[in-house]
Amino acid sequence: MKNPAYIVGAFEHPTRKAEDKSTAQLHAEVAFGALQDAGLSASDIDGYFCAGDAPGMGGLSMIDYMGLTKLRHYDTTESGGSSYVIHVGHAVEAILQGKCNIALITLAGRPRAEGMQTGTAVRSFGAGVPDEPFEIPYGRTIATMHAMVATRHMYEFGTTSEQLAWIKVAASHHAQHNPHAMLPKVVTVEDVLNSPMVADPLHRLDCCVISDGGGALIVARPEIAKSLKRPLVGVKGWGEAYKHQSAGAIDLTYSAARFSGAMAFEKAGVKPADIKYASIYDSFTISVLVQLEDLGFCEKGQGGRFVADGNLISGVGRLPFNTDGGGLCNNHPSNRGGMTKVIEAVRQARGEAHPKVQVPNADLVLANGKGGNLGTRHGCGTVILERE
Amino acid sequence: MATMAFDRTPAAPAESPDNKVYFDGCRAGKLLLGRCKDTGKLFHYPRHVSPFTLSNNVEFVEAKGTGEIYSWSVARGKEPFCVAYVKLDEGPIMLTNIVECDLDALKCGMKVKVTFKASEGEGAPVPMFVPA
Repeated sequence: MKNPAYIVGAFEHPTRKAEDKSTAQLHAEVAFGALQDAGLSASDIDGYFCAGDAPGMGGLSMIDYMGLTKLRHYDTTESGGSSYVIHVGHAVEAILQGKCNIALITLAGRPRAEGMQTGTAVRSFGAGVPDEPFEIPYGRTIATMHAMVATRHMYEFGTTSEQLAWIKVAASHHAQHNPHAMLPKVVTVEDVLNSPMVADPLHRLDCCVISDGGGALIVARPEIAKSLKRPLVGVKGWGEAYKHQSAGAIDLTYSAARFSGAMAFEKAGVKPADIKYASIYDSFTISVLVQLEDLGFCEKGQGGRFVADGNLISGVGRLPFNTDGGGLCNNHPSNRGGMTKVIEAVRQARGEAHPKVQVPNADLVLANGKGGNLGTRHGCGTVILERE
Repeated sequence: MATMAFDRTPAAPAESPDNKVYFDGCRAGKLLLGRCKDTGKLFHYPRHVSPFTLSNNVEFVEAKGTGEIYSWSVARGKEPFCVAYVKLDEGPIMLTNIVECDLDALKCGMKVKVTFKASEGEGAPVPMFVPA
């Protein structure tokens, strides 16, 4: 046993529109699915991790709803869509510190059933948020905030809309093999460029889907992982980092993945070139491009060239990414894509991805999550997983 | 072909004891920056706490109101408008709208100057920018 903890259970909810289920039900269903995948039961769980999508005060209502009676440790670190990647690292640390043995992480939500305009409506986190009075009057949205990262990247590095489109094209090549994917049709660069402009320079097909659903993970200490029947997927490296507006010294061209990735690679003792498969947070095409640079898969500013010509397509390019179709084509449950990033990385490491997209001998894989506004206020979590 | 920015009325900024100085400045037609008196560094958005030292040894200083577009996007709804980051000549970059402009002619580096736009209801006017 080479690693401090193992992901022994993973489950992605198959729904993409949950009109007949509550958010609490979805949390419970993904938890049950991950426990079944691991060969464990709810009474084995002694650590629970959730974020802002869990209904209630922190996770207290979900702990009660799911009947988690054996809890010794609980963590509600909220960092938007990156929370669940960060939770994996926190679970490993909690296991190392003896705070728990078997940790459950859940995510679920139903923005699609609720008719949410995730990216194109002005969203507030409520009264008292100090930065919002300086932003909400300007009608900023998730889409325009990400779009400005793309505008600046194009200005500084000559990145093109065609290059960004290749990211969607690659995701669509993978999604065609996923029976649950919301957008299973293969698209071309032209299809992306011809889709309506949402927020210059991002087109509709540069954006992720809005979907319901969720996912869950079980992280366990080595001796428990060994006693189960699933392939051994160890957490070899993990890191988290947070970026802000730097008091007005804004630089939109990089993300906190620059730091969370460096921490994870250092812990794992491996390099970007060693990674066989990467799950990259894909709220928009530009999100992927910036993270790929920051994680060290290419030089800063070279992301456009790196992603072009199918380099992210499994079986074609050098770095297969998001082989489930990702948020861009498959699923972005609760507007938070970090959970599904880890789940597909686990599938790849186990050799259980769809045969058409499975990377041969994917014994070292990475997942990166980003939550919040790309370029300014966000958190990133990186995990590097190893199959033993 | 020019596409003029839609003349939208901004939502009223939520005022607080912390940001009242800034929005009172807007009412007087002044764009204010924060200045940390420990380090001499300017910052935006202004507040009563220095983002450099966490002390309350700060003051508010008036910016000239000129700068250039650092980055921009156009929200392409039925009523398109420009969201932008403007780099003030004093250094800090702030989120804003570029108004009274051709949405097809926006560029990073474009020179702009401040204008104050009335917000909804009794809200304070908010600083926006027009091509200089």
